[in-house]
Amino acid sequence: MRTVDAGGLILPSPGPGPEAGMPGAVSVASARAGIGRWWRRFARSRGAVFGLTVFLAMVALAALADVVAPHDPLAQGVGPPLEGPSRAHWAGTDSFGRDILSRIIHGARIALLVGILSVLMSLVVGVTLGLIAGYYGGVLDALVMRVMDGLFAFPVIFLAIATMAIMGFGVTNVIVAVAVGFVPPFARVTRGDVLAVKEEPYIEAARLAGVRNLTIIFRHVLPNVLAPIIVQGALYVSGAILTEAGLSFLGLGPPPPTPVWGSMIAEGRNFIVMAPHVSTIPGIALTLTVVGLNLFGDGLRDTLDPRLRR
Amino acid sequence: MTPGGREPRDAPAREIILDVRDLTVEFRAEDGWLRAVDGVSFAVRQGEIVGLVGESGAGKSLTSEAILGLIRCPPGRITGEVYFRGRDLLALGESALAEIRGKDIAMIFQNPTASLNPVFRIGDQILEAMALHLREPRRTLRGRVVEILTRVGIPSAAARARDYPHQFSGGMAQRVMIGIGMSCVPSLLIADEPTTALDVTIQAQILALIRRLAREMGVAVLLVSHDLGIISQMCHRVLVMYAGRIVEEAPIATIFGSPTHPYTRGLMACLPGLDGRGRLEVIAGTMPGLTAIPPGCRFHPRCPLAEARCAAEEPKLRPAGAGTTHLAACHLVGA
Repeated sequence: MRTVDAGGLILPSPGPGPEAGMPGAVSVASARAGIGRWWRRFARSRGAVFGLTVFLAMVALAALADVVAPHDPLAQGVGPPLEGPSRAHWAGTDSFGRDILSRIIHGARIALLVGILSVLMSLVVGVTLGLIAGYYGGVLDALVMRVMDGLFAFPVIFLAIATMAIMGFGVTNVIVAVAVGFVPPFARVTRGDVLAVKEEPYIEAARLAGVRNLTIIFRHVLPNVLAPIIVQGALYVSGAILTEAGLSFLGLGPPPPTPVWGSMIAEGRNFIVMAPHVSTIPGIALTLTVVGLNLFGDGLRDTLDPRLRR
Repeated sequence: MTPGGREPRDAPAREIILDVRDLTVEFRAEDGWLRAVDGVSFAVRQGEIVGLVGESGAGKSLTSEAILGLIRCPPGRITGEVYFRGRDLLALGESALAEIRGKDIAMIFQNPTASLNPVFRIGDQILEAMALHLREPRRTLRGRVVEILTRVGIPSAAARARDYPHQFSGGMAQRVMIGIGMSCVPSLLIADEPTTALDVTIQAQILALIRRLAREMGVAVLLVSHDLGIISQMCHRVLVMYAGRIVEEAPIATIFGSPTHPYTRGLMACLPGLDGRGRLEVIAGTMPGLTAIPPGCRFHPRCPLAEARCAAEEPKLRPAGAGTTHLAACHLVGA
């Protein structure tokens, strides 16, 4: 988005002007104040703050995996196989004697990567479809939305499995596969909001100013429907991570020996009685992440979505 | 209001900017077409302010929307001709229209705050309107944003350009809309109830602003309103609409001095005088809906003077006596 000040034309007002007492006259600081207000509302919810903390910790772990992880996640025999948590290996070792904690930390990288990128991908595709369907309406709308309804009929994991079956393995393919299932909800939410926004007088005014349809869609309509979409995106990241874990649990994720939470849980199944930590500890990591992201997303929704604002 | 407004007289014969001929707007209904605007013809000259008055549902807004091609067809159907500086707008494609809208014809609406996009700064919205039509570098245009805001009377324009629409009052937002409308120096401004949502004091300021800019820039104005007070302050000429048709057209002095059509006379009688004496008149009945337009003269069921032929024969808009600029559609007038 452009800003007026980029050209250096509009200087910050030198001080309170003659109308400073009027409501709405203070403006320069209002954006910053808005973020502050948002944070105070957000911080009121303990769950949301916990969620944000977990999310930030995840991002930090993923970013610094090479530094933080005590061992090479691929190295076998760094300890005795199937050993429970100990001082040397905090999360124990798996059947190949690999350090589980290191694998979880490196697995966070893939989980986040897949979670965020696939949601971004489905957001871009879904929102574009929703914008076009909602704005133009008619046959185009019916066509796009019926296809979306069709996709909606299938569980996300089913669509992901089907996509993986067509495209084959690999992290990129996992991202696409997970994204497919999340396109319909984005398209639907966007379309609904577009239907409302396109009737607003300012859209009519833009048309009257001679703005062309595509410009109206992306420049005037999109920013006005974005807030609920962003919130939804945040909520879907956890769903995408869960879907990715499900895929790799079923052996459809990135191929071994890549450290992925889903396949780590799957591998541990064979030793669930003898060495329960092999499955449960990655499971706890996954649960914590998903719960944290959901709480964070809920907090975002409660504070950002205008429809829920009290 | 300012004394300057109290001298509405005929505009000198200048270039005809807008020439509407036999404009008809219909909408598809379950059984056939409903005619909301029926054979409307009028012209607006350069620098002239023409008022379009009538009750709600008379077709005023539809007429102005049809001129700009804002009515979706289907379900609508528009016939007739709308010549804007010699080009028939109804025959133009969407992209040719987009070039004219905002640049040569600007429009402002009833609800100014809602007409500004809530997520962009005011300055950016003015800038965008200009960047769309003027082939000039953004840097030059930026400089003009503040100039425009100052010109439409916004205090501390430079600071206010960074504000968002919700920080503007209705009157201020309408000033911005006028600024946007005038930014590309159009030849026609269509103002659809521009002050209906505003306080009376603000209303006077906004009208004065429109009048001043129109005079300075030589812009023709089509002012749509249901308020005869506003019309009398602003316009050179008035078109009175009733149930989709123009029933009377006259220079302002004539229409207020000697209205001829019974409907116009009824409207005048409905205006409360400031002296507080005399009973307020009302026109009996209501305007007919589109599905129940009476035969003959559309006003005859409510007309105190109606005769037998009023119910049988639809009167044409024709000169009311010797003065050729005064037209009325009534059997009892003229000839």
